[in-house]
Amino acid sequence: MAILETRQLTYTYSIGSPFEKTAVDHVDLKIEEGEMVGVMGHTGSGKSTLIQHFNGLLRPTSGTVLLDGKDIWADKKSIRDVRFQVGLVFQYPEYQIFEETVFKDIAFGPRNMGLDEQEIKRRVLETAHDIGLKEELLKRSPFELSGGQKRRVAIAGVMAMEPKVLILDEPTAGLDPAGRDKIISHIKEYHKRMKNTILIVSHSMEDIAGFADKILVMNKAKLFCYDDTEKVFGRAAEISEIGLDVPQITKVFMELKRQGLDFGKEVYTVPYARDLLLKHLRGKAGAEDC
Amino acid sequence: MENMIEISGLHFSYPSDDGKEAAEVLKGIDLTIKEGEFVAVLGHNGSGKSTLAKHINAILLPTEGKVIVDGIDTADEKRLFELRQCAGMVFQNPDNQIVSSVVEEDVAFALENLGVPYDEMRRRVDDSLKAVNMYDYRLHSPSQLSGGQKQRIAIAGIIAMQPKCIILDEPTAMLDPQGRREVMATIKKMNREQGITIVLITHYMDEAAQCDRIVVMDKGTVALDDTPRNVFSHVEEVMRIGLDVPQVTELAWELRKAGFDIPQDIITEEECVAAIKKLMATA
Amino acid sequence: MLRDITIGQYFPGNSLIHRLDPRFKIVITLIYILMLFTGSNIICLAVGGVYTIAALLLSRIPFKMFWKSVKPLLPFLLLTAVLNVLLVDSGDVYFKWKFIKITAGGVNISVFMIIRIVLLIMGSSLLTYTTSPITLTDAIERLLSPLKLLRFPVHELAMMMSIALRFVPTLIEETDKIMSAQKARGAEIDTGSFVTRAKNMISILVPLFISSFRRADELATAMECRCYNGGEGRTRLRQLKASARDFIALAVTLLFYAGALTVGLLFK
Repeated sequence: MAILETRQLTYTYSIGSPFEKTAVDHVDLKIEEGEMVGVMGHTGSGKSTLIQHFNGLLRPTSGTVLLDGKDIWADKKSIRDVRFQVGLVFQYPEYQIFEETVFKDIAFGPRNMGLDEQEIKRRVLETAHDIGLKEELLKRSPFELSGGQKRRVAIAGVMAMEPKVLILDEPTAGLDPAGRDKIISHIKEYHKRMKNTILIVSHSMEDIAGFADKILVMNKAKLFCYDDTEKVFGRAAEISEIGLDVPQITKVFMELKRQGLDFGKEVYTVPYARDLLLKHLRGKAGAEDC
Repeated sequence: MENMIEISGLHFSYPSDDGKEAAEVLKGIDLTIKEGEFVAVLGHNGSGKSTLAKHINAILLPTEGKVIVDGIDTADEKRLFELRQCAGMVFQNPDNQIVSSVVEEDVAFALENLGVPYDEMRRRVDDSLKAVNMYDYRLHSPSQLSGGQKQRIAIAGIIAMQPKCIILDEPTAMLDPQGRREVMATIKKMNREQGITIVLITHYMDEAAQCDRIVVMDKGTVALDDTPRNVFSHVEEVMRIGLDVPQVTELAWELRKAGFDIPQDIITEEECVAAIKKLMATA
Repeated sequence: MLRDITIGQYFPGNSLIHRLDPRFKIVITLIYILMLFTGSNIICLAVGGVYTIAALLLSRIPFKMFWKSVKPLLPFLLLTAVLNVLLVDSGDVYFKWKFIKITAGGVNISVFMIIRIVLLIMGSSLLTYTTSPITLTDAIERLLSPLKLLRFPVHELAMMMSIALRFVPTLIEETDKIMSAQKARGAEIDTGSFVTRAKNMISILVPLFISSFRRADELATAMECRCYNGGEGRTRLRQLKASARDFIALAVTLLFYAGALTVGLLFK
């Protein structure tokens, strides 16, 4: 069964005012348990509005959101529990940090869940480990840390709620390449341990190619596509047409194909391109040797 | 060509407040940038690249060494306004550098401070807004604009001072791809059409690849200083520093490592396509 | 929800009232307020009323908007009116039951007071509806500029005011974002007991303060980079030039004031 499902989900801002705008337009979507999903779309494509429906921060104008097959708005009072089950990390989450110590800040979510001290401690320590924060940092004030470390504290704060679905809105925005790779690899580690569903919003298809099993693309308030990574990259030309950046390496292989050199596969990462080329080059050389 | 920026023996440490030894952020930088050059300063967070940028228009002053911009020593307090008019600065967060609630008044801010007479101010504000393609938005409120548009307003506010040099400190770090493209196009235009010297601080290698020259900072020193093609051909060095190279460069490097004869200075898609075709044909 | 709050609600437009010099608009509004408060009887107010309605029509802003500005104060107005009716004891007695006594004087005062306050609110709303906050600040700075001679920091105050106005939308957006982020971590802000809600406010205020300080710091650097050096020797892009229209508006207002005073004297 799908962990997260939307049926004809529609959201309109400022109904009845001159600024009325439909940000999400009849979206049908099924996200299976345990998947790692990359979410793409322009600013204003509706992707941010969409993800805020998954944990009930926004209420659909029409249509439904189902978590584990249950309408999250069936009982308004239980919406807070939905937020514990679907964790949402906003853009630049370090700005939400407020506690005196790193430990306390990570514990804020679990404490709101009403867990006992021992369980809170276990969760804080485990997530801190997953996200790569050393234990001695936990006693420090989060405000003394570097930008990248603060970012990881904020992400850990949501991870520690151990949600069934974790959504991260551009977790690597503004970080340098090393900081970006670090965060993505730590999220992967957490995913391996928790085996939960993770959605990561990113502007960079290059980054998404590195982690996603599936890719969701929003365009002009509609669901443009939701499919396996390889299949979505098969539509690279269309994706480039709606104005999203396609990885350089994909563009190279698209051009090669156009010039008659078809490798028969969608290429979206450098290691994959290397292996593919080596196989062809060596295979060819090997064939001639015989 | 004249030297626009001359940095010699620059050391800088932030003053320490609790008696601890001050950490040295810049450890002896020598760098000369010529008038009209378009230079990218690449480096990871904490490499000292922003600290270096802040020395160019005297937001920070050297602990040791000298910074001369268009013949003005940045330590010369009497010529501070002259210096800041000559070398304008654009910052990372578009929201935190816009002063006024009306676009055109924000662009005029520096001119108002400098006491430029109304007629000239009006003309320079309009020209600057047209140059960044934001003239139609002159009466808008900045809060209605996108990040890329706000950064272009910030750039207009600087070029209204008619500077010889603009330093941009990670101007695209908080923008979406669309905004990044807009800002890069604007910066390039300023360099090409008005001959303004550009120092672009960034950690995006694709932006750096569009410049004439790349200065790679690492641990407070200049690690590499060359054309994009030559800098990126040091794939291992660049990656060790914690930066990216273009995917095509990385692929070429991987193929060379595997023993294939492919040029190591590939930085564009076209070059990569041609090289792969050649390789497949000869294999 | 926070986005719905606007400060000094301004309705952009190009009507006669919009185009008036903001300095004149402020002076005219002050004269108008004086007119309402020196008018001693209901006929004076009628003159003020005619003046107000004419001005509202000229602004081409839907009347609904002015009604909106009065509405929140209605309960308060009605309460004071009722108190006036019950407590003032003068003139003919209209109604008497036990200790409740309604007299002509009480009714008069109540009606008079309601009209006066409604007119006052509508008139001052007209000023903020037709003048952007930033223009208003600018006009105040210029009207107060003689005080500079007394070393009163007019420019600094105006600069602070305009920066505050500039950052209102930014900070509202930021508050909204932090609230959502903390709600996503289970903070109860709209629900829960008063104590938990108060505690959770800390989780919003601390980040908001920290970010405001950071913004202030960065903005100060950016201003210095653009050669900001206080008010000395500054020139302005925004030019305010009084035209014939402004003087006519002022003259009309003064005429109405004089008219109201005369009428007031005649019908004592």
